[in-house]
Amino acid sequence: MFVLEPRASVPLSLTLLVPVIAIVLTLIIGGLIFGFLGYNPIEALYEFFVAPLSRPDQIGNLLVKACPLIIIGTGLVFCYRANVWNIGAEGQLILGAMGAGWLALSFPEVQSPFFLAVMAGAAMLAGGLWGAIPALLKVRFRTNEILVSLMLTYVAALFLDWIVRGPWRDPMSFGFPLTKTYPDAGLIPALILPGIGRLGQLHWGVIFAFLIAIGGWFYLSRMLAGFQIKLMGDAPRAGRFAGFSQAKTTFAVLMISGALAGLAGMIEVSANIGQLQPHISFGYGFTAIIVAFLARLNPLAVIVAGLVIALAELGGDTAQISMGIPKVVTGIFKGILLFMLLAGETLTRYRLVRVSGIAGQGAAKTSKGGKANV
Amino acid sequence: MFDELLLTVLLTSIPLILAATGELVVERSGVLNLGVEGMMLMGAVAAFGAASLFGSPYIGILSGGVAGMFVAAIFSLFVLGLATNQVATGLALTIFGTGLSGLIGAPLVGQAIEGLPALHLPILSGLPFIGVFFQLDILAYGAIVIVGLTSFFLMRSRPGLILRSVGINHDSAHALGYNVLRVRLYAILFGGFMAGLAGAYLPLVLTPHWAEGMTAGRGWIALALVVFASWQPWRVTIGAVLFGGVTIMQLAGQARGWPIPAQFLSMLPYLATIIVLVTIASRGHIALGAPAHLGKSFFITR
Repeated sequence: MFVLEPRASVPLSLTLLVPVIAIVLTLIIGGLIFGFLGYNPIEALYEFFVAPLSRPDQIGNLLVKACPLIIIGTGLVFCYRANVWNIGAEGQLILGAMGAGWLALSFPEVQSPFFLAVMAGAAMLAGGLWGAIPALLKVRFRTNEILVSLMLTYVAALFLDWIVRGPWRDPMSFGFPLTKTYPDAGLIPALILPGIGRLGQLHWGVIFAFLIAIGGWFYLSRMLAGFQIKLMGDAPRAGRFAGFSQAKTTFAVLMISGALAGLAGMIEVSANIGQLQPHISFGYGFTAIIVAFLARLNPLAVIVAGLVIALAELGGDTAQISMGIPKVVTGIFKGILLFMLLAGETLTRYRLVRVSGIAGQGAAKTSKGGKANV
Repeated sequence: MFDELLLTVLLTSIPLILAATGELVVERSGVLNLGVEGMMLMGAVAAFGAASLFGSPYIGILSGGVAGMFVAAIFSLFVLGLATNQVATGLALTIFGTGLSGLIGAPLVGQAIEGLPALHLPILSGLPFIGVFFQLDILAYGAIVIVGLTSFFLMRSRPGLILRSVGINHDSAHALGYNVLRVRLYAILFGGFMAGLAGAYLPLVLTPHWAEGMTAGRGWIALALVVFASWQPWRVTIGAVLFGGVTIMQLAGQARGWPIPAQFLSMLPYLATIIVLVTIASRGHIALGAPAHLGKSFFITR
């Protein structure tokens, strides 16, 4: 019989080792599953994790895939640190893209270089307000933010679907559900690297993703407001005694993560697509949840985690083409990785201790008094 | 016309009833399993695969349930064995189940199977209006029976009382000598089996083919239904029929050319869920009947 016993202190090596071990175990288990289902496991792992990086331009594409994951993941870290479970980032991303898209489509003649900044502001506002809905309902009616934010994702996706097929459809699109293309001022330019030139689809948004993650780290670890968020997540009672407001924290984290998801949506469209269409995101809002966990809720680590998960995503694309399996199959790796990370979380904080016979059922009766129960 | 509509509403609500009833028992034991969507997809692909392989939809039903139970066992290993965060573990289960069902189902795309036949009960199925209630398939009749049995088990039997007490306060239940983890394990496995059956219903009755992600958010609606039902089995049935009705209204609206865009009608089930969550939650936490230790991890300590 094993019981979990809290560790007095967690060694740093363990903190760093857990994500690495989790990734290795994920590859092994994932490979086994592919092997069990009659695929060649080595080929599968190669297609998912090596083939995507076989050409230099793919490194640029990897950064591009990681861009929305890093931005959204940073926002989700705020939420999860505060123990607020926003899983509707996908919907907030869509609203952000629509907010920016409305500007780009309404002012096709604008040429100002600041137009992108205004669009980014609109995207953050739209995404933040969409994130404020579950916050409002949670604070006012004590509804579950998990379900509300998720339901709002479906609503957002349907709203986008309607708007690009209806009011915003380009009359010259030959019946395709597409809006007009954005004006040049509303497009994010490609990033030209000195000496290398263009690298795949690499664009300026990637730089901002890195800056946002660093900024998020600074905010959470170096500022009072960040401390407040962490305190309200870890010890809400202590936080209330310190005079912090649970309601304000809930609003703040949901609006921050909504705004960042919205920004990611704007960057996705302005850099890669150039117009609105029914599907603008490949589930980045959901995938970013794993990014946040892989990073162990640290915004700096979100950069690394975003790149790791982006590799698996890119691998999903290659495998879809070369092995003929649907893209959702990447979920096998993502799901196992999240399982492993959560197990690692427990094993860093607790030690598995073997106890002789009396634990479990008998322990409550045989051990001394009330001490048996926590 | 009305009969057909009512039948479609009933059929749409069956998977919701099955999945929500299973999740209700899980939550009553104090565990929140957000993996319903993933378990349903595993059930759906297993049911489709087995029905196609063996040529029998009945074997499909069983395979679906077992597949759901199998992935639920993975969930319990982490949530009970390692006391991991239930919300995140449930999400992992949904992501994993979506991916694995996609891989298993990849060779099945484009195949067709023979669905579950409708069993018309003699005499009763010929009645006007209520006749459609007796023109269902075996899994649909089974769903109603299971709801009744679950209600009896939870509210009228001793093991049900123990299960509820574990959900209300696991420390007290442990002090009384009940094995908290074992009770929760059984509850989670039952929930997985039911979600698997719910998934099986989709390819076996509603659409006789496999498509990745074919549950289309039904697992999440089932989760909301448990809250809607304030953890009472019979209310799950009412809620599921209401949701089925809303879903069908959107199809009927499209067919009759209502001047509302189809997308807005499609939003109705999701908006209805939010409205229900608000109205239920504003009635206060105690009146709600939520298990007090829902979502909290249990540690055995020395």
